[in-house]
Amino acid sequence: MSSHPHPKPAPLGIRFWTPGALVLFAVMLMGFCFIIARYLGGLAVVSNLDNQHPWGLWIGIDVATGVALAAGGFTTAAIAHIFGRHQYEAVTRPALLTATLGYTFVAIGLAIDVGRSWALPKPIMFWQGNSVLFEVAMCVVVYTHVLYIEFMPIVVERFRGRVNLPGPFAILNDRVERLLELADSILDKVMWVFIIAGVVLSCMHQSGLGSLMLIAPTKLHPLWYTPILPLLFLTSAIAAGYPMVVFETTVATASFKRADEMEVLAPLTGVTKYLLGIYIALKIGDMMVRGTYVYLFDGSIESRSFIVEMLAMIVPWFMLMSQRLRSKRHTLFVACTTIVLGIALNRCNVFLIGFNPPYAAKSYFPSISEMAITACLLCSITFLYRLAVTYLPVLSAPSLESLEKEPS
Amino acid sequence: MNISRRRFLGVAGAMITASAAGNPKHAFATRKPKAPPNPYGCVVDLTACVGCRTCEQACNRVNHLPPPKERLDDRTVLDQKRRPSTGAFTVINRYYSGRHDQQNQLVPTYVKVQCMHCQDPACASACITGALHKQENGAVTYDKSKCVGCRYCLVACPFQIPAYEYFDPLSPRVRKCTFCYDRISQDGRPGCAAACPMEAITFGNRKMLLEVTRRKIAANPMRYINKIYGEFEVGGTSWMYISKEPFEKLGFLTLPHYPMPHLTETIQHTIFSYMWAPITLFTILAGVMWKINPEQINHDPELHAQQPQHAQEEYV
Repeated sequence: MSSHPHPKPAPLGIRFWTPGALVLFAVMLMGFCFIIARYLGGLAVVSNLDNQHPWGLWIGIDVATGVALAAGGFTTAAIAHIFGRHQYEAVTRPALLTATLGYTFVAIGLAIDVGRSWALPKPIMFWQGNSVLFEVAMCVVVYTHVLYIEFMPIVVERFRGRVNLPGPFAILNDRVERLLELADSILDKVMWVFIIAGVVLSCMHQSGLGSLMLIAPTKLHPLWYTPILPLLFLTSAIAAGYPMVVFETTVATASFKRADEMEVLAPLTGVTKYLLGIYIALKIGDMMVRGTYVYLFDGSIESRSFIVEMLAMIVPWFMLMSQRLRSKRHTLFVACTTIVLGIALNRCNVFLIGFNPPYAAKSYFPSISEMAITACLLCSITFLYRLAVTYLPVLSAPSLESLEKEPS
Repeated sequence: MNISRRRFLGVAGAMITASAAGNPKHAFATRKPKAPPNPYGCVVDLTACVGCRTCEQACNRVNHLPPPKERLDDRTVLDQKRRPSTGAFTVINRYYSGRHDQQNQLVPTYVKVQCMHCQDPACASACITGALHKQENGAVTYDKSKCVGCRYCLVACPFQIPAYEYFDPLSPRVRKCTFCYDRISQDGRPGCAAACPMEAITFGNRKMLLEVTRRKIAANPMRYINKIYGEFEVGGTSWMYISKEPFEKLGFLTLPHYPMPHLTETIQHTIFSYMWAPITLFTILAGVMWKINPEQINHDPELHAQQPQHAQEEYV
């Protein structure tokens, strides 16, 4: 481990419009056209959803997978701020940014998916304590706000003492400055409440997402229908947190030509081998207890999908067990990406592939426009991530150029 | 340090009290059955139905539904295995169980499909705002002014009944049989039951219906199999069926006898009664933070400055 303290996070200050950013923007525009079509012609025009398959790609990927993969935010906050492992503070900000963007786009994805987008805030007025979805929705609403509060110090840090509004707004400079100072002094004192609240809220709705399908015991395939599904969702989200951080940090440091942060990432995934081990043990134990292994090799799509999902957890778990593979950037990236994809497949299995409604005239497969809208949302997240790290102090990995100049 | 600790405990205590006081609704942990005590019901006698589709016409009329694509007296649609839709709250399908009559012709059985109006409905338990509601008189009704359009009711319904207006861009509704809530609230019969020329649909108090139907089955053992579909399915339904043929051969689902919301509501109310689980987790995490990482709570700049020393620790 390097002996000098990790550099402070700083805006990258790079050229924003690269060819890659343009491609992202193009996909966003294309998806936006389909979103307009959805609001002109209804869900029937853009999606393959029907009365038997009311939930599709948007719920499976944009919402369920989005929430699971945003777990990096609360898991890094927990290890660095609650368990006091300060060496991981270097990755808390990028993980927090991903989580904030992730939850924002969960909300946007939901708004597109529900029939009456304008009615989305209604659960705040009409409480229904029996509904799992109500609990999930409330937690997501509160947690999204908590994430924005947790993110505020980053904005305050960037602009405090530097407020320079354009043109006529310059009169407000002083006031904004005072507001930022006030925010800074308050946030420092109360942030611990929000950090812990973020972890609690995450545990609540991560498990809540797993309870959603428990109301349809006759429709969800027995390989996934288990009373401990909420526990499986919670443990898998916690296990996916650090691999997701490795995935996004590696992609970001590679694309922005920064140091690879391996001195943070490699030990971070040392925890993952235990967390993932717990999840795999629960999953296999549950299969044994309920005797659902009889479905394992029946050759159905469900059984194959289940096997792929399990392999995407077990193979990287063995990779993480090896100190040698874990300390190499490429193998660590492969292992963590496999875990991330495995979690995504698990969520799709529970909400889409394992969902077998009676009387279905045809099976569900997402339409091109559904995929375009999902791609649009994913690209928007990436685009805004790039925008944020360019102008806000999020990433702290030193650039490769600066390292070459003064080797430490 | 002392002041900070006291403040921390004060805040934590205030939060616990506030959360506990704010949620008296979640006080019970075990789930009691939720059926209304004395609901209406209907029994459909499949041996009496001749598939004339008069009930479909009546349903269309009393619910002011759009004119159907196929004429309502067109009997060729009977073999299509239709499902209730946004434009038709009830449909009749024809099944052949394989039984032959004396002229060696296959005997058809006509099955009317509509919302079963479960005693303890999954849709109402799932609904995020309570737009779907089990009324005291047995009807499961829908209030579009509360609906968000999440379609969790379609996911939850074990009979696959609710239909959604996917073609409406801004204000689609969930559409399903209403048990003619307005009519039965004013001592009337549902539109379909009133219109049936064969009197195959008997409307009345559910308990009395069950007694009468049991006697009817016992008196006609050659005419009926000994089962009332809907008596126990998913905890009981307001709409029930009797038949000569086994129900599995007529498109009926074999369903468990416990109410669908049992597991989810038990989990929810166990975890969230008095919000004990979230509060406990919060308290434990705050305790851990206070013990291991106190500078996060106290925000003492001197402690903060010592941080790089921690960075030496390896976490494997």
